[in-house]
Amino acid sequence: MPFHEIQHTADRSVKVWAQDLPSIFAEAARAMNAVSGIRLQSGPRALRSFETTGPDVESLLVAFLSELLFAAEMESLGFEEFEVHIGDGSLLVRMTGAPLLRIEKAIKAVTYHGLQVRKEGSVYCAEIVFDV
Amino acid sequence: MVRLHDLIRIRDQEWEIPISYRADMRVPVRLYASRELLEQIVGDKSLDQAVNAATLPGLVGHVVVMPDMHQGYGFPIGGVAATQFPQGVVSPGAIGYDINCGVRLLASDLEAEAASGQIETLVGLLDRYCPSGVGKEGVVRLSQPELERVLREGSRWALKNGYASETDLVHTEENGCLEGANPAKVSERAKSRGRDQIGSVGAGNHFVEVDVVEAVFDPESAAAFGLREGCLVAQIHCGSRGLGHQVCSDYVQEFQGAVRRYGIELPDRELVCAPMDSPEGQAYLGAMRAAANFAFANRQILAHSIRRAFEETYAGKLKGWRLRQVYDIAHNMGKLETHEVAGERLKVCVHRKGATRAFGPGSPGLPPEFQHSGQPVLVPGSMGTASWVLAGTEASMLRSWGSSCHGAGRTMSRAQARHEVRGDQLRRDLEGQGIRVRAGSLSGLAEEAPRAYKDVDAVVETVCTAGIARKVARLRPLAVVKG
Repeated sequence: MPFHEIQHTADRSVKVWAQDLPSIFAEAARAMNAVSGIRLQSGPRALRSFETTGPDVESLLVAFLSELLFAAEMESLGFEEFEVHIGDGSLLVRMTGAPLLRIEKAIKAVTYHGLQVRKEGSVYCAEIVFDV
Repeated sequence: MVRLHDLIRIRDQEWEIPISYRADMRVPVRLYASRELLEQIVGDKSLDQAVNAATLPGLVGHVVVMPDMHQGYGFPIGGVAATQFPQGVVSPGAIGYDINCGVRLLASDLEAEAASGQIETLVGLLDRYCPSGVGKEGVVRLSQPELERVLREGSRWALKNGYASETDLVHTEENGCLEGANPAKVSERAKSRGRDQIGSVGAGNHFVEVDVVEAVFDPESAAAFGLREGCLVAQIHCGSRGLGHQVCSDYVQEFQGAVRRYGIELPDRELVCAPMDSPEGQAYLGAMRAAANFAFANRQILAHSIRRAFEETYAGKLKGWRLRQVYDIAHNMGKLETHEVAGERLKVCVHRKGATRAFGPGSPGLPPEFQHSGQPVLVPGSMGTASWVLAGTEASMLRSWGSSCHGAGRTMSRAQARHEVRGDQLRRDLEGQGIRVRAGSLSGLAEEAPRAYKDVDAVVETVCTAGIARKVARLRPLAVVKG
C-alpha cells in the first residue's frame, strides 16, 4: 500500500511510503490524486517538466504538489507518471498526464504542518496534510 | 498532548493553559468551552496547536480559542492571536489559505409561510446564479486592470459596477475594503486563479442558504439588524477562492526562508512568519489585504445574484422580497486594531482563523445603527441545523480581542463522515425535514453531515454564558446550495 489516509478533524492527511526519495514525490502525487478523486481521460498523453529549488526536501515536495494543484485547477490537467531527479536543493520532475476526466474534491493547498520526509527502517515516508 | 488536567479554570466557561505548560510559550492560551465541549476538544490536536501558536514572536495578552475550535494545520481553527505592531510578526498560516473566508446575511420581509410555495423555484435559481463546486467559474470574467481594481477596492469596485448599494458597504466589515492592499505583491499565478472565479461559491463547507428567522431573543438588536421573526433570510459562506489560496501558499513558501533570516524558531513550519515591519511582512500584509478585498467583492456579487433569484421568484407575487444586507463578516483575517492590554491601548495585528470579529457597543468603525447593539456576529450552523445571529459585547473587547465563535466546528473527520453517512440518504433525511438541498457531490454532502459537527446551540450557549457575545436571533434552514 503506497499510502493511507490519516484521520484529521477538518482536513485530509495522508502517509506515503516509497523505496527511495524520488519515489516519495511520485507516491505523494498519486496520493493527492486519490484524495482529489482525479480521473484522467484516455487518449493522448501530455508531457510536462517542473523545476524548482528550495532549502530542503520538504519545501521541494510542497512546491511540486502545489504545481500539480495549479495545473488541475487552471489547465484541467492531471499527471500520473513521474520521473523525479533531486539534486542539492533542486528538483526536476518530468511528468506524463492527460486532461481531467473528473475531479471530485477541491484541495486548497498543500501544508507544511507536521511535514517531514524521513526514513522508517529501509523505506522513506512522509505525512502530508492538505487543506480542503 | 494537552489533557484536561493541564487546564486551569478561570471562570464559568473559561479555561487557561498557563505559560508554564511548555518552555517555548510566550503567552498563555485562554479557551472558552463548557465541560462537555472541552471533552470533545481534547479528542484532537487543537489544544496542542494552540500551544504552538502561543510561541509566535511579538504576541501580547493571550492566545484565545473558541468553543467551536478544532484541529487545523499549524494554527487551530477557532484561534485568535494578537501580535504587537510593528515589531511583532504576521503569520500567513494563522490566517489561513482561504483569506477572508466569511459570512454574509441578507434579510427580507417575506413571510416564510407565504413564500414556501415558491421555494423550489427559488432554490433552482440560486443554484443557477451562484455557481458552486470544484473549480467552478464565477459570473464575471475580469480583465487584468479590472482585477487589480477589485484587489484594491473590494466591495467599492462592486458598488461602482452596479453589484452593490451604499448600505451594503456600510453593513460590511471595514466597509468591504481593507486599506493598504497591494496588488503588486499578489503573484501572477494567484491573479490567474482569481480572474474568472469572482461570483462563485466554491466547494467544501461553503454554501448559499435560505433560512427563516425562527426566534428573536433581543427584539431591539434584531430591529437594528433588520431581522423580523418568521421572515426569510439568505446566508452566503465563502471566501477568496483560488486567488486567496495561492497568496497564502506563496507566502508560506516564501517565509520558510524569512524565519531563518530573522532567527525565528517555531515548533511547526506551517506557523512561519515575519516581522510586520520587515519587507517580507509588509509584502504579505499588502497581498493578504488584496485577497481579502477580492473575497468581499466575491460575496457582494453573490449577494447580487441572490437578489436576482429572489426578484425573479417573488416580484409581482408577494411583497417584501427585497433583500437588505444585515452584515458581512470575515472569520479568516489579519487586521491592525487597537486593544487594551494590561491597561494600555496597543496597536496589534489580530490574527483570526475560524473566529469572527465581535466588536461591542460603541466600537469605532461600526455604523450608527449598530453602535448601541454591538456588531452582528454571524454563526452558521452545520447543514440542516440552526444558525445564529449574535451581537458583540464589551466583554469580547476586553477578553477575546473583540472576537467570538464562527460556526459549529467539526468534530468528525471527513473520512469518518463518508464512512458513516450516505450522501443520498442524508439528502432524503434533510428533505424529510423540509430542507431543500442542491449539492454538486453526494460524497461532499456526506462530509458535511450535521453529525460531523458539534452542536451549534451548545457552542452559542458557551460564548453567551461567557459573555463574549449575546443572542439576537436563531435561524432555521429551508434550503441549501453547495458544491
